Amino acid sequence: MAHVRLTGVAKTYGAVKVLSDINLDIATGELVVFVGPSGCGKSTLLRMIAGLERISDGTLEIDGRVVNDVPPAQRGVAMVFQSYALYPHMTVRDNMAFALRIAGKGRAEIARAVEDAARRLHLTPYLDRLPKALSGGQRQRVAIGRAIVRDPRVYLFDEPLSNLDAALRVATRIEIAQLKEAMPQSTMIYVTHDQVEAMTLAGRIVVLAGGGISQVGTPLELYERPENEFVARFIGSPAMNLLPGRIEETGAETLVRLAGGGIARAAVATTAADRGREVNVGVRPEDLLPTEEPEALFAGRVAIIEALGEVTVLHFAPQGEAPAVLAKLPGIHAGLRHRTLRLTARPGKVQVFAGGRSLRYPAL
Amino acid sequence: MADGIVGQLVEALGAMIVGVFACVAYFWASNRALDAAFPARGARAGANIRTAGAIRPWLFLAPALLGLGVYLVYPVVNSVWLSLHDAAGRRWVGGANWVWLAGDGKFRESMRNNLLWLLVVPAASTLLGLAAAALTDRLRWGNIAKSLIFMPMAISFIGAAVIWRFIYDYRPADQAQIGLLNAVVVGAGGTPRAWITLEVWNNVCLMAILIWIQTGFAMVILSAALRGIPEETIEAAILDGATPWQLFWKIKVPQIWGTIAVVWTTITILVLKVFDIVLAMTNGQWGTQVLANLMFDWMFRGNDSGRASAVALVIMALVTPIMLWNIRRARAEMR
Repeated sequence: MAHVRLTGVAKTYGAVKVLSDINLDIATGELVVFVGPSGCGKSTLLRMIAGLERISDGTLEIDGRVVNDVPPAQRGVAMVFQSYALYPHMTVRDNMAFALRIAGKGRAEIARAVEDAARRLHLTPYLDRLPKALSGGQRQRVAIGRAIVRDPRVYLFDEPLSNLDAALRVATRIEIAQLKEAMPQSTMIYVTHDQVEAMTLAGRIVVLAGGGISQVGTPLELYERPENEFVARFIGSPAMNLLPGRIEETGAETLVRLAGGGIARAAVATTAADRGREVNVGVRPEDLLPTEEPEALFAGRVAIIEALGEVTVLHFAPQGEAPAVLAKLPGIHAGLRHRTLRLTARPGKVQVFAGGRSLRYPAL
Repeated sequence: MADGIVGQLVEALGAMIVGVFACVAYFWASNRALDAAFPARGARAGANIRTAGAIRPWLFLAPALLGLGVYLVYPVVNSVWLSLHDAAGRRWVGGANWVWLAGDGKFRESMRNNLLWLLVVPAASTLLGLAAAALTDRLRWGNIAKSLIFMPMAISFIGAAVIWRFIYDYRPADQAQIGLLNAVVVGAGGTPRAWITLEVWNNVCLMAILIWIQTGFAMVILSAALRGIPEETIEAAILDGATPWQLFWKIKVPQIWGTIAVVWTTITILVLKVFDIVLAMTNGQWGTQVLANLMFDWMFRGNDSGRASAVALVIMALVTPIMLWNIRRARAEMR
């Protein structure tokens, strides 16, 4: 029930710059996911919003009030930690009630809040257990319950699913999605390094890299129109193929002659000045299609096949220095190994990057 | 004189080398013999490996078991036997030593004092140690403070007692006070006192020495335990709005409760055996006698092994339950 605004936020440890010039507006009721490789500062940013880390520069506002120097408990935020961070000596009930007791709430009110949260998270039968008698998924639900009970203005999740096994991770992810559904007015910020979590949960994704924001957008915006090579390769699995080449024809559609001999047509507008520019063409493995036409984007020998049933991932033999090209074909394809395949892609699915930045977006 | 010291050092060094090599030789030779008796080849290789595997741990345990037998089990059995015999340990006297013990004034005084020590010293040491651990935890100069607090641990009880004699030292009012405590008292306008002869209070004076020593021990162990608390639980509590005071008592202390109990009981056992400090400071005069010193008195001044053994067994009976609880606790911690 609050909007969060970061203006020029930075974090330095002594001379080491971890984050700089973070500008971000998170509206009431949004679920924003911070995603990025480890060490990109996403957890640090979350901890700054929580008040566990000092903000070195810039301002953080919650509901229009600058809270840079407001102690964590008074910011109206609740946090769910990766390691659950349950109080091991307290029962589930006491864990959830702790914040309300500290706040001096009445006994009846506490009991009501705890039981509400427990019912919502299916924890009612476990209220009198100690955390050590719970499974990982149950523990994380208690941690979420501890946040709900406080009725915070902003929920913060710090890699809440990373300690769970794969099956539980999916189940808990869906529970978090349902929780968000049930509380449309609460603002949530969620940190993860797992792009599947980011894509499935987020209203908007913030990709952090190199101490700053790489791109902000809805999951499909990031997938379809990545602003730069980093986002292009970070979102989507397997990562997008990048093929070096040179622009030959410009206009509403751009034609790139690739170093590997292929020709790529991209639905990206360019001007005559761009002719001859060295670029990287980006195509997602799932957008590569086999073709019989003489003009192909890529031709290569299939080195390895990963048959997953629903899709077949082809690893082509690397050509020169460039990393191996991957293609993902729907369904089952037998007998492709060691065969040479010609591939193409629809112009709308092809990205063109110059100097790491997409030509779809105006130059900085 | 110097020659004598050098000779002693050489002798000690020689003993250490011989001791270490004797141990190595024992383990090497015994394992060799075992392998020779049950060779891991031939038709019975499998059975031989199993048999040798079952015996081998005992080869390693044997020296320790022998040591425990000679220095622990035998003395206990002998103490029981001695406590039922006369002063010289020759004539059977039945329960006479125990009857004497029950009626002895000095024994009752010792029991009372031991109880006092038991109540005050472990509690004070643990609390002060906990406070020191918590307060020095996040300070930049915390480690210096910690080493200062820990340093008394390196001093022997006798050494500590000698140091504290100077603190409690008494000179008549018309002379300069060389004792720190009396100097402070006089400086504040009071009259000097002979602290260690003041009944009941002198016990506190002696306890202060052990507290001074044991606070360092408690601090080191509890400081490690405090560091072991998951940082996230503390951060979660901060987000939940806990004040530093609530954080300490409701989140930190409950999580290290097991360690606190171990520290407390360890000091309790030590206190039950307290001896050197009392011997060096008052030798049990002026109502400061304790069980261990009483035992020592009867053994080496009274030359009565029967009575001394009876007192020794009382000490053992008091220590054993705490010891058992402590071991069980430590085992549970480890799991």
